[in-house]
This record gives sequence, C-alpha cells and structure tokens, in this order.
Amino acid sequence: MTLAVDAIAWHQFFFVMFALLTCGFAVGVLFSGNIVRMAFYLVLSLASSAGLFFLAGAEFVGAMQLMIYVGGTLVLLIFGVMLTAQDRFISLKTPAGEWVLSLIIGGTLLALLLAAAFRYEGWQQAELGDTTPTSSQADTTARLGLSLVGVRPDKLDDSPRKAGMSGYLFPFIIVSVHLLVVLVGAAYMARAKKRTTTTAR
Amino acid sequence: MALLGTVTVSHYLAVGAVLFVTGALCMATKRNALGVLMGIELVLNGANLNFVAFGSELLRKDNLGLDGSLMALFVIVLAAGEAAVALAIALNFYNNHMSIDIDQADDLKG
Repeated sequence: MTLAVDAIAWHQFFFVMFALLTCGFAVGVLFSGNIVRMAFYLVLSLASSAGLFFLAGAEFVGAMQLMIYVGGTLVLLIFGVMLTAQDRFISLKTPAGEWVLSLIIGGTLLALLLAAAFRYEGWQQAELGDTTPTSSQADTTARLGLSLVGVRPDKLDDSPRKAGMSGYLFPFIIVSVHLLVVLVGAAYMARAKKRTTTTAR
Repeated sequence: MALLGTVTVSHYLAVGAVLFVTGALCMATKRNALGVLMGIELVLNGANLNFVAFGSELLRKDNLGLDGSLMALFVIVLAAGEAAVALAIALNFYNNHMSIDIDQADDLKG
C-alpha cells in the first residue's frame, strides 16, 4: 500500500516551484517601476535560485548564495536604494519606444537560448543509475575546500604530469587580493567629500 | 508532473536563460543606476545556475564535477566585489550631481 505522499515526485515538484519563483520574481524585477519593489523582488528571486542550487546537489554553493548574495550584496544594494531614494527617483519611467524595442530583442534572444537549451540530446539524458549520493560525494564542502587550497580529491588518479595542476590555489589567492583591493577602492570612492571643506574652515 | 518528466540539465539551462534575458532587459531599460546594477546581478545569477547545472552529479553522468561548483563560487565572490565598486560609483555620482538617473550621466567631469 502506497501513501499519497509517495505518489508525488518531490524532486520535480520542488524544481518547478523554485523555477517558477525564480523566473517570476525576475520578471517582476524587470516590469516593476518602483526601485524599492525591484530590490525586494530581486531578494526573493536570488533566494529561490539558491533552492535550485540545493536541488542540483551543490549545497555549499547554495549556502554561499544565501549568505553572500542575499545576506551581503543585496543588503548593500538596498542601502544604495535607501541612500538615493528621493521622491523623483523612486519610479523613473522608461519611454514606451525603448520598451517595445528591448522586448522584441529580448524575446528573440530568449527564444534562441531556449531552443539551444533543448537542442542537444546529451543535456537531456536521464539515465543515471543510482542517484543516492555516496559518502564521498556527500561531503561536497570538504572537497571544495581541498580544491581551493590546491588538492583535487576527485582527480587523484590523473597522469603524474598533471598532478597538482588542477587545483584552484592560485585563482583563490588572486580573488582574495582582488577583494581586498575592491574593498579599499569602494571605501575610498564612497567616502564623504564634504569632510575636507569642513575641517579647512 | 508527468509533463516535465525527469529534471535534466536542459531545464536548468531554460531557467538560466530566463534569468539572463530579464537581467539584460533590466540593464537596457532601467533609468535608475541601481536598477541597472540589479540587472547585472540577475545576469550573473543566470550564468551561475548554468555552472551549477553542468557541474551537478545528480543531473548528468559526464558532468564538470567540482569545477562547476568552484566556478560558481568564484562568480559569486566577484559579483560581490563588482556590486561594491559599482555602488560606490553610483553614490559618488549621486553626491556630485544630486541625481541617480543614468540619462544625465553623460559627462566625465562633474
């Protein structure tokens, strides 16, 4: 005897739910005229795309999406919205001609991309065998951390010539220095300009 | 859910395509500089979704493996840095011109 709960394909159900939320709120960002509502829709769209990451088995990327994007970057954007939210900038109107032109171009691009996404048969194969993650696949976080410091636990049996060359230590260091420079530059550019005149007076 | 069948990489690519197109249209049509920034975030997120889908071991047999997730992580980090710098530029423009409308941002020296 099967329960009614077992009859529902939960993976498909959650995929359709998160995909509809993501696309719907992205369209909401596009068609909303109010900048505050756009920021709110963007938060919801990015949070539900984190759900898609979880469904694809990339739980660490999903957690980073929630923490860095939704928790950090979007809070920064909302700060920017609040700092510049005067009445005349809340909803700036776009001319109708630009809407028509960009919707035509965007619709064409979307049709092209969708046709390309469903064209290649290798992207639609479903035979996977046992999809239960093994214990070595389950700890994605440990494997990602090892890869960032230069060890690839999934490519240990590479040829000796390539051993140690497939890790991500160097890009990791470059990204770290890049973030430091970006923070210094952003703090330098966004600082209050009025300070020098008041102290000179 | 019979009409969907099994979730494959193609479905993830379709969601990513929708995110990309809406982001690109946001960049093209919004007049508020922060709206343009939100469009950039949407485009980067669509690309991220494709990376994760191609790297997922649950969707396809010959996947990218860890490389997909790692690329997605790098994209997230670089998007954070990009948002910080672009927001600083937008605030600087707002301080100088008392406006956030990018149609008025047509001179190099304020």
